[in-house]
Amino acid sequence: MHTTTRRSLTGFWYVLPALLFVVAFTAWPFIQMVWISLNEWSLITPPSFVGLENYINAFTDSQFWVSLRFTLKYTLLITPILMIGGYLIALLVTPNSRLSRTTRTFVFTPVVIGLGASSFLWYWLFSPNYGLINKFLMDVGLIDTPILWLGVDAGLSNWAVIISITWKVIGFGMILFVAAIQAIPSEINEATMVDGAGFWQRVRKVILPLTRRTILLVTLVSVIGSLLAFDQFYIMTAGQPRNLTATSVFYIYLNSFPYLKLGYGATLSLILAVVVLGFTIVQMILTRRSET
Amino acid sequence: MTRAPSAPTPPGLLEPDLEAGPVKGRRNRFWAGRNKYLLGAICIAICLVMVTPLVLSVAASLKSPPEAAAVPPLYFPSELSLENYDKLWNYGSGLPHYLGNSLFTALMTIVMTLLLTVPAGYGLARFPIPGKEFIFVLLLLALIIPYQALLTPIFLMFSTLGLTNNLLGLAIVHTTIQLPFSLYIMRNAFEAVPRELEEAALVDGANSWQILRRVFLPTMVPAVITVTLFAFVTSWNEFLGALVMMRNDSGLTLPLLLALTRTVTSLGSTDWGMLQAGVTIAVIPCVVVFLLLQRYYVAGLYSGAVK
Repeated sequence: MHTTTRRSLTGFWYVLPALLFVVAFTAWPFIQMVWISLNEWSLITPPSFVGLENYINAFTDSQFWVSLRFTLKYTLLITPILMIGGYLIALLVTPNSRLSRTTRTFVFTPVVIGLGASSFLWYWLFSPNYGLINKFLMDVGLIDTPILWLGVDAGLSNWAVIISITWKVIGFGMILFVAAIQAIPSEINEATMVDGAGFWQRVRKVILPLTRRTILLVTLVSVIGSLLAFDQFYIMTAGQPRNLTATSVFYIYLNSFPYLKLGYGATLSLILAVVVLGFTIVQMILTRRSET
Repeated sequence: MTRAPSAPTPPGLLEPDLEAGPVKGRRNRFWAGRNKYLLGAICIAICLVMVTPLVLSVAASLKSPPEAAAVPPLYFPSELSLENYDKLWNYGSGLPHYLGNSLFTALMTIVMTLLLTVPAGYGLARFPIPGKEFIFVLLLLALIIPYQALLTPIFLMFSTLGLTNNLLGLAIVHTTIQLPFSLYIMRNAFEAVPRELEEAALVDGANSWQILRRVFLPTMVPAVITVTLFAFVTSWNEFLGALVMMRNDSGLTLPLLLALTRTVTSLGSTDWGMLQAGVTIAVIPCVVVFLLLQRYYVAGLYSGAVK
């Protein structure tokens, strides 16, 4: 009994540094953020308590809704592309041939490079006069004049960013899907083949249902990542035109830092955190259900 | 699903190997009835699409400045030139300075992450701490609260502590981002070690610290490599936190330097050759580290993502 107490105390000492770190740099800032969101505060003037005013302002702030709607639109467009594209590539490279493995490495490599670096790379490729995408499209005769991809038309900018991010992160889903598909016992696969099921029939009846958990997980990671998008838009469109491509995190950044509206920035941060939490909870419920 | 990350499992998902016989059989069964030449062609096409942007970027970085600014652009340089790298080398406080910032921040992030998560993983996996699950969930808090949302209060706290414009401050932010994932990997790795190993040492009268060092650490090498690798990649590439925290030229990290080089010519337009030289330098360490240690990277992805 006594040794158990002593051992649990010893164990606690090992956990303590990490615990203190999380309290200091995650929990405490979070509590502070709640308090800041109830104040009007620019760094120059002392904070003054305004209650829920920031929240009321957020709901009537048209730019806040524009950026939230844009972020959701981006998320809704890119998630199916990443999921379906990643899954199709995974199906293609599931067998362990040498070509499959090489393809996996090629598709996965952009995942490890920085989002900043990849965004600057694609910013150049999409540049109207200096970029190679317009050059290529003109060389093959698809267009006659350069397309202004970024920062002029919100819809077109969105697609340009989606293309770059698809290239950057599609390997993430692919590699997890490959693992999930390979984990299906080969007897199941063979049994369905004896039944005379074709490939796509097997995909629909066997492979997709048995990898549902991984599909849900990758969806969640992709959705959260897209909801928190910042680097790619900051770098590639700078929010242009007219802040129509400023994502939620971008708008929070603008309020908190260049504009120094700290209270308002904290309010928007909190709203975003709740939105993200909402998606996480939905995902957890779906996962639970898929297990039973 | 996958729950034994002490050894980097599952191995060999990415690296090519040569066990042709049974492998070929499996492919045929999986793909039953598909045209394998067509599938091979699709694989090659995908590889080309994935690698082309990187090749073009490296090629652009090696153009001479007039060629890099040519309209219409060339796909490849007519002759190789290191002038873009030379310009970048001398840009602002000099590339070595910014590279040093990035490396030093990454190094501090790695050290802090390991110093925090190795003991914490040990404590959580191997000691009967009351309320252990609660503590674990608390430690994973940062998974639920996105750090993008926390930057405002962290910035305020750091400005009173003098940690803005400070590489240590930035490393703390990066450690915060990386902590939950690393802790998760570490706890699982400690849990995977068989009880008998620890008990033998306990009978010999070793204390918990000696057991950690002599019994556990040797078996923790794969997990430590995984955590180090992810901490490096996160810190080296992180953009928003650095943008918020580092407001002086002397404190810029590589991703911020890229943002700065975007508008550098006297006319306020972009020096494309120099920008791509910067992209190349930012990308190379990640790709090299990944290709060398990909089994650890993928293993980390599994145990971190697919629990």
